[in-house]
Amino acid sequence: MKLLKIILLIALLAVFIAFPFVFSDPATTTIAVFTLFFAAAAVGWNIFSGYTGYIALGHAVYFGIGAYAMALLCQYWKIPAGYAPFFLLPLTGLIAAAFAVPFGWIALRTRRHTFVVITIATFFIMQLMAYNLRFITQGSAGLSLPIPFDWSADFFNLPFYFVALAILLLALGTSWWVRNSKYGLGLLAIRDDEDRALGLGVNTGPFKLVAFVISAFFVGMVGGLHAYFNSSIFPPFAFDALFDVAIALMAFLGGMGTLFGPILGALILVPAQQYLTIISQSSGYNLIMYGVIFLAIILLLPEGIIPTLSKRWNKWKASRNSSKLTSAIATSPGSEDSIVVESSGKGVEQ
Amino acid sequence: MSLLEVQNVSKAFGGIQALNTCSLGVEQGSISGLIGPNGSGKTTLFNVITGYEKVDTGTIRFSTQTITNAKPDNVFRLGIGRTFQLTRIFPRLTVMENMHVAAQREGARALLSRWSSTHEQKRALDLLDFVGLTQLKEMPAANLSYGQKKLLEFAFVLIAEPQVILLDEPAGGINPTLIHQVAERIRTLNKSGVTFLVVEHNMEFVMGLCEKITVMHRGATIAEGTPQEVRTNPAVLEAYLGD
Repeated sequence: MKLLKIILLIALLAVFIAFPFVFSDPATTTIAVFTLFFAAAAVGWNIFSGYTGYIALGHAVYFGIGAYAMALLCQYWKIPAGYAPFFLLPLTGLIAAAFAVPFGWIALRTRRHTFVVITIATFFIMQLMAYNLRFITQGSAGLSLPIPFDWSADFFNLPFYFVALAILLLALGTSWWVRNSKYGLGLLAIRDDEDRALGLGVNTGPFKLVAFVISAFFVGMVGGLHAYFNSSIFPPFAFDALFDVAIALMAFLGGMGTLFGPILGALILVPAQQYLTIISQSSGYNLIMYGVIFLAIILLLPEGIIPTLSKRWNKWKASRNSSKLTSAIATSPGSEDSIVVESSGKGVEQ
Repeated sequence: MSLLEVQNVSKAFGGIQALNTCSLGVEQGSISGLIGPNGSGKTTLFNVITGYEKVDTGTIRFSTQTITNAKPDNVFRLGIGRTFQLTRIFPRLTVMENMHVAAQREGARALLSRWSSTHEQKRALDLLDFVGLTQLKEMPAANLSYGQKKLLEFAFVLIAEPQVILLDEPAGGINPTLIHQVAERIRTLNKSGVTFLVVEHNMEFVMGLCEKITVMHRGATIAEGTPQEVRTNPAVLEAYLGD
């Protein structure tokens, strides 16, 4: 079983690597690049919100900080276009993470709805700052980044695709590591009953803050990469409320707190959104789509695709096992009670 | 000297005086009982000892340290575990994962270590065996019955090897066979050195289990003694039957 999983993962990775060579049309690879951007950000977001259950709707803050950090660092250090800006990405992530420390510290003093509202407020504060701190951000005139002119149209998307894939893999690896660590177990305990976890020695405050900062790091890297990809940034696009909603929606759709849920969500939503934008020649339809999908998830898949499927799978397996047991009972009279108790899984050994 | 000592603790919620200069001592190695009518302040006393509520006045001491108004995680790490009247487990984690939550690491080591070491895995299995939940270890804790949840909560508190365990109605709402089983487990652990303070309404259970019983009424302790002494104390009868 474990071997099968590993083979499946390697095959999946091979598909991701081969994709831009098989479908090399720039229009297609652009969609693929955006999909990976969102997938990486959603996986990062999930490390905090998915595991702790705290819904952060202000992660565009860290996307924007990463984007501005990229633009400003390129200007300041006079980084030439080409591969050099990619090496700044860890730094843009770290800068975003550094901002997440005080923001998270403040926001995490609250819980549930209040927490959501405060994260949204930090988003609006940062967008306003981007408009108004003109000596840093140039306000609504925006900033431009180096443009790699010597990359041909066919080649242009490839470096971005693979760098985004690398960030996604790093985020996924981190997510896997956290999920399997003592620390991650503490986060999941916080999700289920924070005060109970505190009473069992889980140091909930620092636990939550560290997860918040880790998620900001990945979102900040994606922001930096996105800025370089677009070669210019403006306040409403760097600090975009839709980004807040989009990554949360992707994680909801795929399954909050699961390893692959956010990726699955991104794989479904981003191409659908890009496709709708292309065929409708306007960008309004994707908003309607987000609304409809959000309602559909709440109604039909409140836990997301992966948890729902795995639950159905377990149920199916259990019903198959119990039907086997029932036939076993028929052939061995007298043992009925004990077997029924076991198959329902609720018996106590007394 | 008592292992756990509460001295003149008062706590008010608005106009309601939940604890009124309440004092209590729990001897090392004992099984002590805490009884009293509904609303007499037993659970509030548990909450202030374990750091879930802050006291208005008074002090709480554990071993050689003052733990008045300490945070719940610090209190737990010092060696005081508790269960809740309305059982609080982690419903979406499996039974086995629940077991490992309380076995935390210090600082950054939590981030670097897997959620269970081989040693902890074995200990968790032993404890699940001890309470009879081994067969359900892979099941989400939400699927357990009420009594099983109580046993799980009891077991996962034990994994951190606390010196004192405060049990809030361990026999409440579970069937007689299981009650007997819980009492047996408490005695076994007590023999290995764990001190217990038990809040319970089931008199038969508490009288049979505890060497010393403290009675609370209106936020203060009104009587203390062996089960026999408490049973015949007029003040206790007054508290339960009077007004």
